[in-house]
Amino acid sequence: MTKEKEEHREDPMQIDSNRVPTGSLLTDYLRIYYGKFFPYTDMFKWLAYGNDGKHPGCDSSYFGRREFSFTIKSDRDEVYLRFQSFFNASEMETSIKAKCPTKIDIGAVYTVDPAKRHAYAQSGFNPIERELVFDIDISDYDDVRYCCSGADTCLNCWPLMTIAIKVIDTALREDFGFSHILWVYSGRRGVHCWVCDSRARRLSKEQRSAIADYFHVYKGGENSLKKVTFAGPLHPFLARAYTDVLKNEFEKWVSTQKLFEHEERFHKILQLIPDESVVSELAEKWQGNSVRWEHLKHMLQSGSKKTQGLRRCIEEIVFSYTYPRLDIQVTKGMNHLLKAPFCVHPGTGRICIPIDPKKCEEFDPTSVPTVAQLIEELNANASIGADNYVEKTSLAASVHLFRTCFLEPLIKTCKDELENAYNTKIQQTKDSLNW
Amino acid sequence: MEIVRSQRRNGSDGSGSAASLPLYKSAPSLEFRLEEFGQYAIDRLRVLQAISDGLSRGKKPEEMENLVSEQWRANMKHQDADKTLRKDIISHFVLRLVYCREEEMRRWFLSMETALFRYRFRLQNAEAQKSIMNELQLQYNVLGNAEYETIKDKLTEAARSVNFTSNPETVFYKVPFEDVPELVASRRVFILKGFAFVPRNQVVSLVCTIFRSNISKALALTNRKWRAMIQDQEKDRIAPMVEALGNVYLGPDYSKPKDCAEISLKDINQLASTSFPLCMRHLFGKLREDHHLKHQGRMQLGLFLKGVGLKLEDALAFWRAEFSQKVGAERFDKEYAYSIRHNYGKEGKRTDYTPYSCQKIIMSTPSTGDHHGCPYRHFSEENLRAALNKMGVGGRAMDDIMDKVRNRHYQLACTLTFEATHGTSCETGINHPNQYFVESRKFFESKNKQSQPTA
Repeated sequence: MTKEKEEHREDPMQIDSNRVPTGSLLTDYLRIYYGKFFPYTDMFKWLAYGNDGKHPGCDSSYFGRREFSFTIKSDRDEVYLRFQSFFNASEMETSIKAKCPTKIDIGAVYTVDPAKRHAYAQSGFNPIERELVFDIDISDYDDVRYCCSGADTCLNCWPLMTIAIKVIDTALREDFGFSHILWVYSGRRGVHCWVCDSRARRLSKEQRSAIADYFHVYKGGENSLKKVTFAGPLHPFLARAYTDVLKNEFEKWVSTQKLFEHEERFHKILQLIPDESVVSELAEKWQGNSVRWEHLKHMLQSGSKKTQGLRRCIEEIVFSYTYPRLDIQVTKGMNHLLKAPFCVHPGTGRICIPIDPKKCEEFDPTSVPTVAQLIEELNANASIGADNYVEKTSLAASVHLFRTCFLEPLIKTCKDELENAYNTKIQQTKDSLNW
Repeated sequence: MEIVRSQRRNGSDGSGSAASLPLYKSAPSLEFRLEEFGQYAIDRLRVLQAISDGLSRGKKPEEMENLVSEQWRANMKHQDADKTLRKDIISHFVLRLVYCREEEMRRWFLSMETALFRYRFRLQNAEAQKSIMNELQLQYNVLGNAEYETIKDKLTEAARSVNFTSNPETVFYKVPFEDVPELVASRRVFILKGFAFVPRNQVVSLVCTIFRSNISKALALTNRKWRAMIQDQEKDRIAPMVEALGNVYLGPDYSKPKDCAEISLKDINQLASTSFPLCMRHLFGKLREDHHLKHQGRMQLGLFLKGVGLKLEDALAFWRAEFSQKVGAERFDKEYAYSIRHNYGKEGKRTDYTPYSCQKIIMSTPSTGDHHGCPYRHFSEENLRAALNKMGVGGRAMDDIMDKVRNRHYQLACTLTFEATHGTSCETGINHPNQYFVESRKFFESKNKQSQPTA
């Protein structure tokens, strides 16, 4: 009798967790992922920002005015659907499960439901709220890393991302006063940042531009020699970044990337020094000498050379190599679509999980769970008859992090804001009724 | 005669500010004649147009101050200060009517009026400036002593980074960082927990942001009123004048090439080497080399080509020929063709985008993998020399150009390049890549005509 039972039960999928799934295999994996793993309720709670219908001050149209976009890939084709919107979590869940998108992007909150935009005059359809976002790709650092290039990353060069998170996260909290910040691994070679304070969501394009420019230190394309130039003493933000993070990280970088052991590598650094005599003196002395970085620092700091442009040279070198390189256009726009957290990266199979900025040095991109791995764990749990098996997979820790470090504090703030706004309105109506 | 009434009535003269620099908070209840309506507007427009010219030539703030002062004196000033004020207010509100009607016009008007306000504010004495700031209720934002003590080190640090020495007497204003985007963007102020600490000498930026924001809102309101009511009521009297005034000074935006013939794909290589400015030559060359350009590069070059007369079908063929060598024709059609049609106003909002001016290009900053922006600004000296060499520039001209670059006069450098490569002088100065192209074509056309035998 047990044999019959076994035959009726569905065989679990044969998984090779080392293979990156593509094509119809990817679709099959996604179906299971969206069926069992994707945290719909948490995503809804986040993006509703308290407007879940439970408070009289809620705006029940809010969630429905958010644009999502789906990328749906089949073997032959790739379809991109913009202006998707959902009234609530359940509608969102149904749609995602039905379409199985390879990528989900989150856009802005508009004046009206994006799906109904054609019913309105052009001037009536505008983005009115959008998180402040940042996108950092490690491939933008290819000119300063020698272990990997392009879409690859390893534990030697990933620290560049850690540095970026530290510098930007600190500035967002200390300088700009934001507190609801979500950092997400982009699945392959970078990180995204979502600043979700209501003050951030209401920033205009101009203000976003200003913030992007505040962070823009590394400038110029391949034809400019020097991408970081400091005319005088550093602004407090840059000084803090240098003292707290960049200075020491550069020392480590010198070592892991062997910057001074190969001629073409230290030649690049010498090119950043605007004094020919210093450069030639160093180049001569360095034939066969390995304590070069110390030597260079000493020479530039000693003050014996009075050439203009040398005073900040060390900082310029350090910043050129380690300072965060943002994709400025992503931050400046109000309706730039950015990949949603908890998506599966189609190129690597890895889940786009949140990163705790306070522990970002511990983050290891090479051990992020993949969709194949999660499904394997699911099957293993099921076969031993465990309950709540999704919670016993590797994804549980990430969902937990999302909730405790980000979602719960955010919802509390949103509820308080809703409450205050509602009470103010009530008070105003009361006042206007008084004679 | 009745004047056009504003929707917000105000009993006083409505200017509500220090005697000489009004904030234009609401339309005044003044009476004036129809002739003044047109003339005052044109005079003010001369000032705004001069400002526009000055900005696109990259004039420094001190030069702009002088320009504004001269232009104001020449066009607006009256012996009687009261009469000047009256003309100031009337002309501003008339131009609001004229320029509220289209998005591009609103943007231009807003920028020029803010610039005008900025330089007039700078020319005011400390007393008058203080009065205006009180008008804007900024006295409530002065940094208190207790708080000053906790952050004074950082304030000094920030001041030194922009070459300014603050002392204990320097007044600071504590405002939300959103109010001073320019100062935040250029890291000229210390910010903490969402507040910017603006020293007295930087307060111009703050005041201008507030001014700009107020005028922007007012323009939107005026537009609605115009469309809903006034346009119809005044169709026989003021509306025709408003239409006429709207056509007066809009400088060429090169979005609809009328004068030059459409160019065809087979000419494009030749044209690139003779008539494209350096920024576009560089993008064009990189496109040929890499068979790819990043988004900003595609925008800058693509819109330029549109302005030069490349038709949509030809543009698609051109970009496809290049991109398909790297990403394949299918991917091109799926991912890139859309945005080209978008540039020509055939998709989405169907806005017909205008080619970028020099000012806009100079202000953009290319990053890793980008080739857009102004080469005179971003190329190292070595690379710039090499690029200019390839264009046939050498010797004395090269030195002059490098000199301009070192002094950050990028448009003048480009003008000199034009002069060197064409062997002729360019009086008007280059402030738009399409202008460079048009001037170049004009030169070559007239040269061809001259060399042709007459019948």
